[in-house]
Amino acid sequence: MATLLIDKETCTGCEACIPSCPFGALSMKEGIAVVDEKCTFCGACVDVCPVSAITMEKDEKAVTIDAGAYKDVWVFIEHEQGKVSSVSFELLGEGRKLADAIGCKLSGFIFGKEAEGFIKEAIAYGAEKVYVTESSLLEPYRTDPFACAAVNLIRKYKPEIVLFGATIQGRDFAGTVATTLGTGLTADCTGLEIDPETKYLKQTRPAFGGNIMATILDYPNYRPQMSTVRPKVFPMPRRDDSRNGEVIREPLPMTEDQIRTKVLEFIKGAEAVNLADAEIIVSGGRGIGSAENFKVVRELAGVLGAAVGASRAAVDAGWIPYEHQVGQTGRTVRPKIYFACGISGSIQHQAGMKTSDIIVAINKDPEAPIFKIATYGVVGDLFTIIPMIKEEFRKRLGR
Amino acid sequence: MKIVVCIKQVPDTTDVKINPETNTLVREGVASITNPFDEFAIEEGLRTREKYGGEVHVITMGPPQAIEVLKNALAVGCDKVYLVSDRAFAGADTLATAYAVSKTIEHIGGADLIFCGKQAIDGDTAQVGPGVATRLGIPQLTYVCKVREINVEQKKVVVERMMENGREVVESSLPALITVVKDINEPRLPSLLGIKRAAKAQIPTLSAKDINADENRLGLKGSPTWVTKVFTPEARGGGEVLKGELTDVVPLLINKLMDSKFIK
Repeated sequence: MATLLIDKETCTGCEACIPSCPFGALSMKEGIAVVDEKCTFCGACVDVCPVSAITMEKDEKAVTIDAGAYKDVWVFIEHEQGKVSSVSFELLGEGRKLADAIGCKLSGFIFGKEAEGFIKEAIAYGAEKVYVTESSLLEPYRTDPFACAAVNLIRKYKPEIVLFGATIQGRDFAGTVATTLGTGLTADCTGLEIDPETKYLKQTRPAFGGNIMATILDYPNYRPQMSTVRPKVFPMPRRDDSRNGEVIREPLPMTEDQIRTKVLEFIKGAEAVNLADAEIIVSGGRGIGSAENFKVVRELAGVLGAAVGASRAAVDAGWIPYEHQVGQTGRTVRPKIYFACGISGSIQHQAGMKTSDIIVAINKDPEAPIFKIATYGVVGDLFTIIPMIKEEFRKRLGR
Repeated sequence: MKIVVCIKQVPDTTDVKINPETNTLVREGVASITNPFDEFAIEEGLRTREKYGGEVHVITMGPPQAIEVLKNALAVGCDKVYLVSDRAFAGADTLATAYAVSKTIEHIGGADLIFCGKQAIDGDTAQVGPGVATRLGIPQLTYVCKVREINVEQKKVVVERMMENGREVVESSLPALITVVKDINEPRLPSLLGIKRAAKAQIPTLSAKDINADENRLGLKGSPTWVTKVFTPEARGGGEVLKGELTDVVPLLINKLMDSKFIK
């Protein structure tokens, strides 16, 4: 077990460590810092102590696996309704960089009933090899056969890094795969980097609603290193249809009677919500005032080809379904442009959208916290401003 | 029906503020709460009991003060609660946490149905639920926004899962683990009697030994991942409030947005 040691002689009681602890485990007692059982050994305090009074002892883990046997970077190629999710291409772009930094190959892996078209696209976006498992049991998506197919491939071909999009699909079965393999999985990463010395994968992700960032490593005893990665963080790589790649096929070692779930039907939403994929999102909050008034948000979204979002206040008031909610208890989004219309911008809402490239805030209250993070703010009546914005776009875009 | 609900005590991240001078987290006075998604899991457990009979058992893993969230669970009417607490659990990542939670569920005699929140608002991983299901060898149903029907005799459940662009209706065998989103229900408030009962309750604490866990798979020791660095994200610079007549401001805004090349 690890221990956090605070040297009583060296500690000057400066209290610098106390606010550094994300878990509130440090406090002052008789002029020196003490740690309690809330400590998770994250090490945040070790670095901030100006007199190096805090040290951490970790049990050395005996390396029992041959990490060298694990090679290559793999990217899960996710598809839905005949289309590859853009996050898979983004990950091929980022995976290319990681593979180059390590000096290994980049591969894609695809599951489905018929994968032919997806294989071509994965290669065009940079996969040198594509591992494919085709079976009628792999459509529509279900946890059991997807996890089984992935575990089968990973055990056989031993990649050193496996990346999934942090989508509903990716986050559903990546956890099953990691648990079955007994390896690490870092959720919802927004930064990936190869340590130049060790060649290990450094995974950076937000925690505490985006208030802190943590960089996470896997012990060399555990391979592959696996992450789910937030969509829209990495740019789309260039498509090159002249590329060639190797295709490796493996059958699915599972039969229908081993699968414990059945998809009975899919109920398409009344309105396409797809906030995860949207380049532009127009969101409405308390200031919209009623379900009917949401039409001003929808009209602007219509002109821009944007998705419609909402704050918790608007959802709780029953003006718009929960599927649209952006924020801590809704979805986390990262569009290029986020329009916040009549949204004050609580910390919870910000947790779901503050990494958007451009934030446009329209609010009648100049003191609203949204203006502190907005790239562009307009103070005034949204029922006047949004239609003006819509008309101006319509003119310029010729729509 | 034996229903088990897994909950977590989390800091109310809405209270977590950044000290702009030191660029560090201000934790003082930050309240600890039941993870918001877990409130929906508890409520769904209670509604399932009301409809199909049985008992709702709630477990949480955490430091001794996590007992507070269990008291809240008792106050709204859950039958039994367990605190799983041991220094050996400290520093656990999702793999080690899922192992400890699954051992706990086995220790208390298993479950017909397990409810968890979609994710916890401090770690935001959404990995422990699927991890527990995998360890227990039962199917998982994630992002569930509605439990349509449970057939106790045939050991089947039908749920609706919230997807990006609609709802997927899935049937699963029981036992199963369900992770819930906010839309699934509206959690009830505790009754006065419930609060009184919770205040008096003796809450059992289970140690690593009690749940028969292998120490090598717990806490930091059983975790494949470790946090090497914690830092404050770069603050998003306060932007520009466009001032003037709207007839000037709106075209100016559009110019800026068109310049971004994000409008296609």
